[in-house]
Amino acid sequence: MTVDLAPHIDKHLLPVLRKVSDPEIPVLTVLDLGVIREAVEENGKVYIKLTPTYSGCPAMDVIGDDLKAAFKAIGKEAEIDLVLSPAWSTDWISEEGKRKMEAYGIAPPLEESADKAALLGNKKLVKCTNCGSTNTRLVSQFGSTACKALFQCNDCEEPFDYFKCLK
Amino acid sequence: MKNEDLYQYILGIADNSLILGQRLGELCGHGPTLETDIALTNIALDLFGQTRSYYQYAAKLAGGVKTEDDVAMLREEREYRNVLLVEQPNTDFAFVIVRQYLFDEFHLLLMQELQNSKDEMLAAIAKKGIKEVSYHRRFSGDWVKRLGDGTAESNERMQQAVDDLWRYTDELFHLTKADREMIGQGIGVDVSQLRDTYYNTVTELLQEATLTVPEQEYFQKGGKEGIHSEHMGYLLTELQYMQRSYPNMNW
Repeated sequence: MTVDLAPHIDKHLLPVLRKVSDPEIPVLTVLDLGVIREAVEENGKVYIKLTPTYSGCPAMDVIGDDLKAAFKAIGKEAEIDLVLSPAWSTDWISEEGKRKMEAYGIAPPLEESADKAALLGNKKLVKCTNCGSTNTRLVSQFGSTACKALFQCNDCEEPFDYFKCLK
Repeated sequence: MKNEDLYQYILGIADNSLILGQRLGELCGHGPTLETDIALTNIALDLFGQTRSYYQYAAKLAGGVKTEDDVAMLREEREYRNVLLVEQPNTDFAFVIVRQYLFDEFHLLLMQELQNSKDEMLAAIAKKGIKEVSYHRRFSGDWVKRLGDGTAESNERMQQAVDDLWRYTDELFHLTKADREMIGQGIGVDVSQLRDTYYNTVTELLQEATLTVPEQEYFQKGGKEGIHSEHMGYLLTELQYMQRSYPNMNW
């Protein structure tokens, strides 16, 4: 499947979009996360197409409200449209986003086959965000939010979240 | 309503997710371990998310001032179209897992077909849902194997749950009037065609879990037509309490 990695975003809107972050992972902006699928300004009004990471992600409503508030702060009205297709993929998280995520203590998603091997085959591939060891184990397929699984490091014993690969 | 059949068809899919999500939500803070508690409520969250997408679409079709919340909260028991399986109570963890697995296996087959629907909205919801549902199925399937092929007691309890819930599986493949109408239009999935694949897959996993597949010829039905089991009224009482007592309340 081809994935549109470059959503249409009016350049002058970028500074505002960069100010809005994921309420669950505050180091990631909505741009890092890849949930903005379109942002254009027409006749003084901003139209944003937002895609959810998971269907039930409670952060989406908050992100929508935060986007409206951020544009209101510069005197612009924003309209948010939730789009489901094409479905969000962890491929849309930017490289910088993945680095920020790791520094924040969440192991970023591996590519699809490695992800499956780590979650299903108990292969030691997920890197501990504390000590960098890959001698880690899956504790639970579900973590603190729908997008994460819970891991623990066998070397330094640190428990940490792993952001699951979603394709 | 112009699209009455489509509206009813959407409810036929969405109500399963709403009611199963409600059952799983009852376990929030009551799961046997922290990890399973979190997993079950995460699954509930995915199901509610899918439900919202369906109900928003249904509310749009209904027209007027109807919202997704009205569709979810303000219908009478007979107007819910979910299958009997998903409304069965959380008797014990074995029941929770077996109910989940029996539904997940069906849900995944349904989503895989629904993504090819001529209705763009339903296809989009299904495409999004597949990723989530396959993860649910993995979770419930793993637990069926672990508990079925576990201790003597876990095996006995799992077998009890399978024996009790098996009678609700056949209804998953029944066709309603709305189903037939939507299949004819290339929008709906002919679930009756999924029966063999379903039973083959489920049988294989149950055998792997050292569980016996019931040899049953009598099955319960009615949920898809709005005729529910005695558990449904209690479930709806809790689900609808706030909206009935404080109409139009918001969090």
